[in-house]
Amino acid sequence: MPDAGVFTAGAIQRRKAAVDRLVQVVLALVVAAIVAPLVAIVTYLAIKAWPILSWRFLVTNPTNYMTGGGIWAPLVGTFYLVLISLAIAAPVGVLAGVYLNEYAGDNWLTRAVNLAVVNLAGVPSIVHALFGVGAFVLFAGMGRSVLAASSTLAVMTLPVIITSTREALAAVPRSFREACWNMGASRWQTIRTIVLPNSMSGILTGIILQVSRAAGETAPILFTGAVFYVAVPDTGVRSFLPYGLWDRCMALSYHLFILSTQVTGVSESLQYGTAVVLFGLVLTVNLLSIALRVYLRSRRKW
Amino acid sequence: MRQRVARGVSRWSEPIIEWTIRLCGWSAIFFVFSILFFVFREAAPALTSGLSLKEFFTSQNWRPDSTIRPQFGIVALLAGTTSVTLLAMAIAVPGGLGAAIFVSEYCAPKTREALKIVIEFLAAIPSVVWGFVGAMVLNPLIIEATGAPIGINILNGGIILALMSVPIIMSVGEDAFRAVPDTYREAAVALGASRWQIVYKVLLPAAKNGLLAAVLLGVGRAVGETMAVLMATGHAVQVPHSLLDPVRTLTATIAAELGETVEGGLHYRVLFVIGSLLMLMTLAVNLAADVIVKGIRGRQDA
Repeated sequence: MPDAGVFTAGAIQRRKAAVDRLVQVVLALVVAAIVAPLVAIVTYLAIKAWPILSWRFLVTNPTNYMTGGGIWAPLVGTFYLVLISLAIAAPVGVLAGVYLNEYAGDNWLTRAVNLAVVNLAGVPSIVHALFGVGAFVLFAGMGRSVLAASSTLAVMTLPVIITSTREALAAVPRSFREACWNMGASRWQTIRTIVLPNSMSGILTGIILQVSRAAGETAPILFTGAVFYVAVPDTGVRSFLPYGLWDRCMALSYHLFILSTQVTGVSESLQYGTAVVLFGLVLTVNLLSIALRVYLRSRRKW
Repeated sequence: MRQRVARGVSRWSEPIIEWTIRLCGWSAIFFVFSILFFVFREAAPALTSGLSLKEFFTSQNWRPDSTIRPQFGIVALLAGTTSVTLLAMAIAVPGGLGAAIFVSEYCAPKTREALKIVIEFLAAIPSVVWGFVGAMVLNPLIIEATGAPIGINILNGGIILALMSVPIIMSVGEDAFRAVPDTYREAAVALGASRWQIVYKVLLPAAKNGLLAAVLLGVGRAVGETMAVLMATGHAVQVPHSLLDPVRTLTATIAAELGETVEGGLHYRVLFVIGSLLMLMTLAVNLAADVIVKGIRGRQDA
């Protein structure tokens, strides 16, 4: 068989292919080792929390020095913090994204802004907490309050909205803008009528991500407005509006922290239940943003 | 006539809107500097009122509450942060980069999308939930597996932090691999290289800066993380001797102690000094990562 060797793999090729397969298996195992804990944690938390999870758990206030009842008061507090921080961060963040993509030239100032956004995202959450204490609680005289905590969360989550807005705007083709300019529209008219409508859903994705970040954060609210316990009415309109802007509030993330480290005699199911609600809230919000993104990509016209 | 009216309106409103956009764009810079300013402002009086920097950086004694002579040495806290971060990186760097290689070079597009969503979920889990998992789930597992008296220690915190840093290492790493032009891969395939040979001989050297940035950002994430290490690494302020020793990190110390300090007291100010240190450390890490990444972009443009 003089020529068969040309088509059969030699020792070197066989070894090369074997190494390649081995590497692929090893890398797949690495990925599995990252995905498996996530699945395991979610399942384990859900199983442990199952006995307590019910509508009643969500809408009942904590009772008996936090060892009984549900999570209504902290849940409402988290909604307060998220909504107010969103109201502060969304306009500033979206406009900053517009600036970076539509106005900023290719110069040192733009580079400085981009660098600042990256660094703002990289500042440790506990340093944001210190900033909140120094700037909002003390300097601005807000005291420990919903407003101070929300402002701290807003500064912290600003980069999320800025970067996703910038990306959403960058995805709008330049030809759209050029067409609009050629009709005699000014820069702002182009942005308002062409760029923003075409990138609205991408901007929305970033805003949703901000919500998920703000809902889960604990450290920034530790010293700026979160409090151990607030007596919240069980029924009536007041149960939906228990906190004023200048009051301290309970928050789900902080509640989980104190349930698992500060209070004794808390039943396991209460702790796991709180963890699962917080976790579930954040994941649901994230899922929403992912679904929105996939939907968008499928119907993008350009 | 109508046109003139419309123009008159936009002549006034457009500059206002455009300047609002510019101000919002520059706000990121403003916030970074105000974080520096307000944290330093609260920290600075400590340097003139009794904190010896020599003791601060060289003493292992962290005794802030001592009535005889309070001591503020952060060596043990630095050792805590360093040990947990090192362990976390020892797990997360191979894991995250391995997953990045797998996702960018080995798997089908469908699998890639699915994996990226899973990783996004991993990144979305709030740090207090991670801390809860460390304290409630991993703690008994570690006691059972190693026979250590407490399962809340370096090992626990390292594993939790590793899982928290994998998403950022993986996504930045994947970007680095995707930034390598396909012509490199094609040239290697034409020479008969296997997939692993392409990764090992071509992609790793070509993407090395981006990968370094990925690792740096992972380190920044791990150093700055607060709630998870507060709950999962224990409260013993000590220089650790084994992986099973509990330690306390810089971030956890601020979170655990700021609530108990007297506002304006030396202890309070020293915690802000630690905050300033953390801020400077993460700024340095982020700037380094940015310079490295920008370095690559610059070269590719040229």
